Amino acid sequence: MATQITVREKPAKRTGTRAPKKDTQKEMVTVFIMGKAHQVPADATIMGAIEFAGYQIKRGAGCREGFCGACATVFRLPGDYKIYTGLACTTIVEDGMWLSQLPAIPSQKPVYDINKLEPNVATFQKLYPEVFRCVSCNSCTKACPQDLEVMDYINAAMRGDIEAVMDLSFDCLSCGLCAIRCPAEIVQYNVGLLARRLYGKYLAKESKQLKKRIQEIKEHKFDKEYNELMKMKKEELKKEYYDRDLE
Amino acid sequence: MYPEYMRPSLEKVAQTRNKRFELAKSGKPVYPPMSAEEREEVLKKFHPDYKPEARRKISIGPNKGEQLTTEVADMLESHSRIKPGMFDLTRSDYETDVLIIGGGGAGCAAAIIAMQKGAKSIISTKLRLGDANSMMSQGGMQAAVTDQDPPTRHYLDAIGGGHFDNKPQLVRALTEDGPEVVKWLEDLGVVWDKHEDGTMQVLHGGGTSRKRMHSCRDYTGAIILRTLMDEVRNHPDKITVLEFMPVIELILDQKGQCAGGVLYNLETEEYFTVKAKATIIATGGYGRLHIRGFDTTNHYGATGDGLVIAYRAGAKLLYMDSVQYHPTGAAFPEQIAGFLITEKIRGAGGQPLNKHGELFVFPREPRDVESSALIRECLERKNGIATPSGRLGVWLDSPLIEMLQEKGYINKQFPAMHRQFIRYGIDITQEPMLVYPSLHYQNGGIEINDKCETNIPGLYVAGEVSGGVHGRNRLMGNSVLDYNVFGRRAGKYAAEYVKSAKLGALSLDHIADYEAELKKAKIQTALITPVLLPSYTPEDVRKRQLTAHYEGTLR
Repeated sequence: MATQITVREKPAKRTGTRAPKKDTQKEMVTVFIMGKAHQVPADATIMGAIEFAGYQIKRGAGCREGFCGACATVFRLPGDYKIYTGLACTTIVEDGMWLSQLPAIPSQKPVYDINKLEPNVATFQKLYPEVFRCVSCNSCTKACPQDLEVMDYINAAMRGDIEAVMDLSFDCLSCGLCAIRCPAEIVQYNVGLLARRLYGKYLAKESKQLKKRIQEIKEHKFDKEYNELMKMKKEELKKEYYDRDLE
Repeated sequence: MYPEYMRPSLEKVAQTRNKRFELAKSGKPVYPPMSAEEREEVLKKFHPDYKPEARRKISIGPNKGEQLTTEVADMLESHSRIKPGMFDLTRSDYETDVLIIGGGGAGCAAAIIAMQKGAKSIISTKLRLGDANSMMSQGGMQAAVTDQDPPTRHYLDAIGGGHFDNKPQLVRALTEDGPEVVKWLEDLGVVWDKHEDGTMQVLHGGGTSRKRMHSCRDYTGAIILRTLMDEVRNHPDKITVLEFMPVIELILDQKGQCAGGVLYNLETEEYFTVKAKATIIATGGYGRLHIRGFDTTNHYGATGDGLVIAYRAGAKLLYMDSVQYHPTGAAFPEQIAGFLITEKIRGAGGQPLNKHGELFVFPREPRDVESSALIRECLERKNGIATPSGRLGVWLDSPLIEMLQEKGYINKQFPAMHRQFIRYGIDITQEPMLVYPSLHYQNGGIEINDKCETNIPGLYVAGEVSGGVHGRNRLMGNSVLDYNVFGRRAGKYAAEYVKSAKLGALSLDHIADYEAELKKAKIQTALITPVLLPSYTPEDVRKRQLTAHYEGTLR
């Protein structure tokens, strides 16, 4: 017996990366999901198409909006020798597309104590020596579904330019497609993550204002005001709230 | 690209832009903020929570007799996946100090702090570590750090936004810990948006009376959570991460203390038991239940699992009658309908406009009020713009931001939003976005105190799954803060608790008791929970799936 959750009874609003309702009027295309042919709506995302075809995704779906990197997908198109990469949640299907999701990406991540690292090139040499095997083939950049300049940030890591690595890798989703295509076996996204942490911890200028505020709280500067607010009746609080000025 | 028929309306937006720019630049409010009475009226008439069928009475459990969100009541009145007799509880498959259920922001923060306090932990997560709504927050995190913004002002904003229903001690914890959290995250390596001299860049959010929104471009959650995850993975000897292994029931002991949970391996479909001196639920929210049929901004795994396992074990829920709809979900193109468009857009000066290119609401009302005003503009005043698939929306004028801030601001501050739309031929530096409210946040949850304790000894709760912090409406930027503040607190207090905790014999009797209660209340349901995964399989496919007796993973 089928068990229902409410979502199923209201298919009218089901859209986005969610599977669209079967509709004979809709323009359809054929896609090959792991080699098997399925008719899916022409305007579906790859993720929508996989679900439309009847798959229950376990690995390969996450935020469904292009932030989490769970849905790395590789595909080929008819009459084209190239391998393409994309996120299933943001890539629209094409007729004849042959696709496969990557359920997980094998990667290495050294264990380190962030408090004992130094923000310089030697840290990359020690933790990610393979970075220096980069042959500048640009495969990583071509594979990136975010259109980041991945090779450029790997080159920046080789120079020890942590700020550039941080800046260029900022929007990285850790989907792993760069690492899968890299002939030098670099795990680019982990290199970017290390650089961002080094930048945030060691290179970003400290905020004096923030330091001061933390000190004020430690010294219980706001206790009295808090206690007064916490004791207030709803009506008093309401007045206080609606009378407050706006910056 | 927008269809041709929307052109006249888009032209009106462009025509009114200069005048709106002049007003915004003058520093005066661009539209009068609503009074208490106006807020109440628009909420009553247009907020989805106020529809009569939005709530119903729950017949069993700790909140018996209370009105809850209908879909939540349905989910709670359901069967367990297991029967107590299936397990030999005299031995456990795993043993640890702290079992952390959920690998999002709150779970990771809790594990790090618990580890620093000397406690070992297991993070059980349904999908991958970091698969959570925490990853998706774009706009920022509130924390009162400027001279004109004492944390007590943050308190006032949060409690007013929550309709004065928030638990005061929780709002104090939230706002008082805020500045410390900013620093803690920076020390872990989070790259905050800052000015040249190191001062924090702060913006407004809906319902804030001071600029206190800290951000990491529009990847705030992603930057924070990946930093926390990396730190978790740097301590494999103290923190064990079990992915695709959700906890599907809690285990209690004879004394009624929480003593761990039952794990379910999503892939091999095996069950395991974990014995733990303390347990932290950090499973996040429930957007994937698609309450009221709404699209959602939420993660695939946001199915309210923590609520139901805690409820079965006897934990009390608070404000589970209140749902947050984010004012600006995408309404066009169809492929991204419901997706989050960060409130930072309005914080930076973006304005919601009707089909005539006119402002109809103050752009930064608290979320429930702003959402209701958008719905009113579309449904009652008929000033919305219809999409080809029949959705309604209003414009969110982003090009204005570049005029108010500087050229290039959008690319620098909103790379994710720019990317999201340019894929479909819409350049948000040149054209507005079309938006409509989208199901966003679980305002209520399992009731906690400021130590994250619940009414069950040894059970701690942190993050979206908890209730009381935000009253009946959360402000932007307070959820990122919430998962950090209360994740840290849960880790701290659970680690202290385990030092003296003594467990008795383990028990799953509460599962059988709950089943008996269902029967006694004559509830007929085929639903088995936790839901674990939403299903988007089309109806005709499902009809052919003859041997699937459970839609998630149980076969």
